[in-house]
Amino acid sequence: MDVSNLIEKDILKYLEVHQNKGLLRFITCGSVDDGKSTLIGRLLYDSKMIFEDQLAALESDSKKVGTQGQEIDFALLVDGLAAEREQGITIDVAYRFFSTDKRKFIVADTPGHEQYTRNMVTGASTADLAVILIDARKGVLVQTRRHSFLVSLIGIKHIVLAVNKMDLVGYSQDVFDKIVADYRAFAKQIGFENVLAIPISGLKGDNITTETDAMPWYTGPTLMQHLETVKVDDVADQAPFRMWVQWVNRPDLDFRGFSGTIGSGSIRPGDKVRVLPSGKESHVVRIVTQDGDLAEAIAGQSITITLQNEIDISRGDVLSTPVSLPAVADQLNATLVWMNEEHLLPGRPYLMKIGAKTVSATITEIKHKVNVNTLEKLAATTLELNEIGSVNLALDHPIPFDPYEENRDGGGFIFIDRLTNTTVGAGMIHTALRRAENIHWQAVDVNKTARAALKRQKACVLWFTGLSGAGKSTIANLVEKQLYALGRHTYLLDGDNVRHGLNRDLGFADTDRVENIRRVGEVSKLMVDAGLIVLVSFISPFRAERRMARELMADGEFLEIFVDTPVGEAEKRDRKGLYKKARAGEIENFTGITSPYERPENPEITIETTKQSAEIAAAIILRALEERGMLMGYRVAEDTTPTA
Amino acid sequence: MSHLNNLQRLEAESIHIMREVVAECENPVMLYSIGKDSAVMLHLAAKAFYPSKPPFPLLHVDTTWKFKAMYEMRERMAKELGFELLVYQNPEAKAKNINPFDHGSALHTDMWKTEGLKQALDKYQFDAAFGGARRDEEKSRAKERIFSFRSTQHRWDPKQQRPELWRLYNARKHKGESIRVFPISNWTELDIWQYIYLEKIPIVPLYYSAVRPVVERNGTLIMVDDERMPLRPGEKPMMKSVRFRTLGCYPLTGAVESEAATLPDIIQEMLLTKSSERQGRIIDHDQAASMEKKKQEGYF
Repeated sequence: MDVSNLIEKDILKYLEVHQNKGLLRFITCGSVDDGKSTLIGRLLYDSKMIFEDQLAALESDSKKVGTQGQEIDFALLVDGLAAEREQGITIDVAYRFFSTDKRKFIVADTPGHEQYTRNMVTGASTADLAVILIDARKGVLVQTRRHSFLVSLIGIKHIVLAVNKMDLVGYSQDVFDKIVADYRAFAKQIGFENVLAIPISGLKGDNITTETDAMPWYTGPTLMQHLETVKVDDVADQAPFRMWVQWVNRPDLDFRGFSGTIGSGSIRPGDKVRVLPSGKESHVVRIVTQDGDLAEAIAGQSITITLQNEIDISRGDVLSTPVSLPAVADQLNATLVWMNEEHLLPGRPYLMKIGAKTVSATITEIKHKVNVNTLEKLAATTLELNEIGSVNLALDHPIPFDPYEENRDGGGFIFIDRLTNTTVGAGMIHTALRRAENIHWQAVDVNKTARAALKRQKACVLWFTGLSGAGKSTIANLVEKQLYALGRHTYLLDGDNVRHGLNRDLGFADTDRVENIRRVGEVSKLMVDAGLIVLVSFISPFRAERRMARELMADGEFLEIFVDTPVGEAEKRDRKGLYKKARAGEIENFTGITSPYERPENPEITIETTKQSAEIAAAIILRALEERGMLMGYRVAEDTTPTA
Repeated sequence: MSHLNNLQRLEAESIHIMREVVAECENPVMLYSIGKDSAVMLHLAAKAFYPSKPPFPLLHVDTTWKFKAMYEMRERMAKELGFELLVYQNPEAKAKNINPFDHGSALHTDMWKTEGLKQALDKYQFDAAFGGARRDEEKSRAKERIFSFRSTQHRWDPKQQRPELWRLYNARKHKGESIRVFPISNWTELDIWQYIYLEKIPIVPLYYSAVRPVVERNGTLIMVDDERMPLRPGEKPMMKSVRFRTLGCYPLTGAVESEAATLPDIIQEMLLTKSSERQGRIIDHDQAASMEKKKQEGYF
């Protein structure tokens, strides 16, 4: 019985059939010129997903703005949105839905041209299958290679090569065969095994949902037949059990469950699990749902399990079968796709979210970037928007992971900017780097506290930030003199003694400024470990780097001192004549003139040099040290109490 | 067990999303519109956190013009599922007695719903709000993210939306910013009905056909739900067997003539019908691309 008959005659039977329908998510790759929108519109239309009111609108739109004369322009179904056309809003990834007797489909459609890499990677990340469209008149193009490479990068295993517009090449088998041969040669390079090529015409409907008489030489399935029947049984089903703990479920003291979505494998009550990274083990007691306990749960299910022993487990831990464990590491090699207008800054800490875990991550090396059109590997110092690179990452905590190729859930991650909170990149982990296993911090008995106590002080960093000529070094010098007079052990790091030696290889571009501050931060950290009071006098214009330096130290060890001088005032003073040069264009990237200065949001101390003299500033800082107990056996005398 | 079917996959995805919000946001809330999509969302929330109660309240941004049957359902569901229920009515709209008859659907919706929602979110300082919108509802929704960011002024900037990959959602935001989260984005209308049927989820009886008093205006059947409905000269309510495919403010929601009195009947009718779900909503007809505009202004 055909479907609409079944709906009319026996709705209960129909519901039963549809209840067990599967879901296939796929992505279509190609540009408007390849007829992608027409193809999607045709799929929606042929699967009767278009209602009469929409069809009426489509018919009238087709006549008004369509490209098919009096015929229906299916592309309008998906390119639609008047507002979008007028306001120039780009659709980056749009999701379309249709369904047949056998399956429900979600199509990720990525029409953007400029942002193609970002959008395609996003759309492909949730797809099981990719339809790569080729215009039969043009054959395999550079963009076909680019699309295919991105699809392979994101790990889609099922590929349909849809050779479209066959009607415009006289339904020629020779044309089709040549294109397919070209494509297969290339597909081998990127490791595609399952490629099914189908000759179609989106416009005429050939081999979309119905077989065609126009190409008797083609005996394979129509596009729809293939989409309805292709087995996409995810590797995740067969892989070892993994579940990120998303949320600890504690309604009362008697119940402690661990909620999460199974990333791969399956689990039953009685199974042994290991918690990572802690390494503790227990057995599953129950798989709890509102509809009753389950005897088994499989990949993709969102469940809550309880364990036999009370072991410490929190969000971001991984539950794994002990038989085959994920790796645990804090130094990784990964492929990174950059998705932000502001380019990647190696050395800057970003947040990395993987599964239910968020850690701080820094790119320690860009091994190369990839030209997505030629697959050529190129040397790189940064990644721009839509660039893809092979990178090494250092994390602040070790994380459990699986290689992305084996488990998308265990190896896929996003990069988040710490200040703007936006998602700036996405990546796929391949391997751990050996270093992580080899470097162990020596725990020694003579430690920071011991070294500092010998000097009758607590070690800390006084981080002076502000514009060039703000008065940072003047104040820092005064503070150091007074500490010296008090018999304390200090060291002053400033541009002169660092830029000329340690950092002589660095310039003033943003990437160099980041590296400059990273090195100064690390040196300060070692000096703090030596028990010193370290005075750092650096413009350090970016919040992210000051925060990075702060995070290297223990709580309370980092005092940010904002030497606040308006740029006009600093320029007026201009002791070194730098502003004059900057204005004359002789110095590039000069903070305050041609490069931004990001004011501190919550500095421990703010000095307003237009209101406070350097002497008063030094007194304020000394007092702050005393209040924090940094100077043992020292009290600020009454007469030096600063008055602002 | 073999593979998850369509509804099982959708259910697991929605639960995953809700748990992620609860784990990463400080003060989430679930917006409750009392319609069928809301009913599914509530049901999923109960499942997601079982045996705990859902760790967030329900918020109904009330226009005072909903159907009586909707108010009854609201009270019943909050109680049965153990949610704290917050009801918010924009005091300014209340003082000015804003209504669809005197002020038109655009102003009515703007004051009660768009403004009301912003005020309620500000009042309770919610940093994440679940909504029951679906991507298949309307073209401008097709590209909507599951986590949709709003500025401190609740504005939606289509250019500032974050890429969403795999099942990794970035819920980080600055103080004052908020997220609208759509856990049933990938459900279609048929999925919703089928799930209601399978899971025996209670829905407002107005979805089922019954003989009700209606008047016909501009080709739309409007139900006379209470005495506030002003009848035009010569206009007399007719008793007709009708039901609603979508529920909102009663003066703005068109009924369809129908005999579908059970869930299978409704699904059958839906599958055989020739017009899309939103046709019954007058707000969409007001102007071209109206949803897009409303969204930028802060409407769900």
